[in-house]
Amino acid sequence: MVLMLTALGLLATAATRMEAQEPPYFVTYSDALEEPGNLEVALKGTTAQPKDANGFFSPTLELEYGAKAWWTTELYLQGVAVANDATIFTGFRWENRFRVLPTEHWVNPVLYVEYEDTNAADRSVLEVVGSDSISDLQPNTAESRGEVERELEGKLILSSNAKGWNFSENFIAEKNVKNEPWEFGYAVGASRPLALAASGRACTFCRQNLSAGAELYGGLGTAQGFGLKATSHYAGPTMNIDLPHGPTIGFSPQFGLNDNSAGVLWRFKVSYEVQQFRDWFRHGGAR
Amino acid sequence: MRRVAIRAATAMMLAAGLVLMMAAGSHWRSKVPADERARVNPYADKPEAVAAGRVLFEAHCAKCHGEDALGRYGRPSLRGEEVRGAADGELFWLLRNGSTWKGMPSWSSLPEPERWQLIAYLRSLPPEPRQNSYR
Repeated sequence: MVLMLTALGLLATAATRMEAQEPPYFVTYSDALEEPGNLEVALKGTTAQPKDANGFFSPTLELEYGAKAWWTTELYLQGVAVANDATIFTGFRWENRFRVLPTEHWVNPVLYVEYEDTNAADRSVLEVVGSDSISDLQPNTAESRGEVERELEGKLILSSNAKGWNFSENFIAEKNVKNEPWEFGYAVGASRPLALAASGRACTFCRQNLSAGAELYGGLGTAQGFGLKATSHYAGPTMNIDLPHGPTIGFSPQFGLNDNSAGVLWRFKVSYEVQQFRDWFRHGGAR
Repeated sequence: MRRVAIRAATAMMLAAGLVLMMAAGSHWRSKVPADERARVNPYADKPEAVAAGRVLFEAHCAKCHGEDALGRYGRPSLRGEEVRGAADGELFWLLRNGSTWKGMPSWSSLPEPERWQLIAYLRSLPPEPRQNSYR
């Protein structure tokens, strides 16, 4: 945990300016990719006090790099601190997102492919699939950390931008590399900046730096039992503020919608962008 | 029969690849529809829009194209003939769609007024003789 925070701090020091174009979602993906050459370093946290379970805080360090204008690759390092239990590293994920069409359309598809190697103590709730439920959050870490899950995950991301609004829909399919059935899930989000035109003066809390929206996500069962039975679902408002010459800060309370869900997931995100990171490794010829 | 199907599939993939390469290689301005090209910047020549465009340029564009907009590491100058000769509607189309195979991302997630403000700022910049483009 200390290592993750230190790494974030060091890279944040090197960052020069924030990125402002990403919608304020925590689970839903839009068609916004990282700009080529940029490295975004983010700390995403989820905390909750689930029913019949110890409270937890789950930090995730994200390193997101724009490999091409049509390809973003991202590494996640995850951990969890559980009250009256332990603080442990829970695993990693490596994801890639590919913009499919070369020009903008009413609906813009993005393909997402991910490999994850996490243990069952993970509580990051970066997505909900299959029959994920509150009972997954109840075992203590000593019991669950030995159960390693290696999974492949694909998402079809559909995203639209119109009149300042972003609408995004994600369809998720996840497969444990062991002999377990495919699990499915969904996430949808809508958001908008609070102002559509920029101001000419430098300001921190002006509306152009704020965006707000909402997202809804949950599981859709498995290939053997597709549907809403025994699934969990969450919804809540989201908000981002882009601090000029500083980080982007996001916050969202996300409410469980049924008895299988935790009551409230409190989420936050702090992200910095190291602009044109690849230029650090170029010598001369700036022009 | 199977061999024929494999050959047909291979030919189709090669043809699709060729079409994609041709599409990627053609000049971006040639892809702009006439109605998009004819669009007029509602913020043209408005000093407050130029000032706002400068703020947006520094936040989003300067990292690749340089604070002076003259281009860096082979990325194109925004003060050359390529940009100065393009219509406002063409620049707006480029910001919306990007030129992803050439490294220019889509900026469709920026609200339309902000994209027009950016163009107003670009129009306020002095010319430079060097040419470099997304060609």
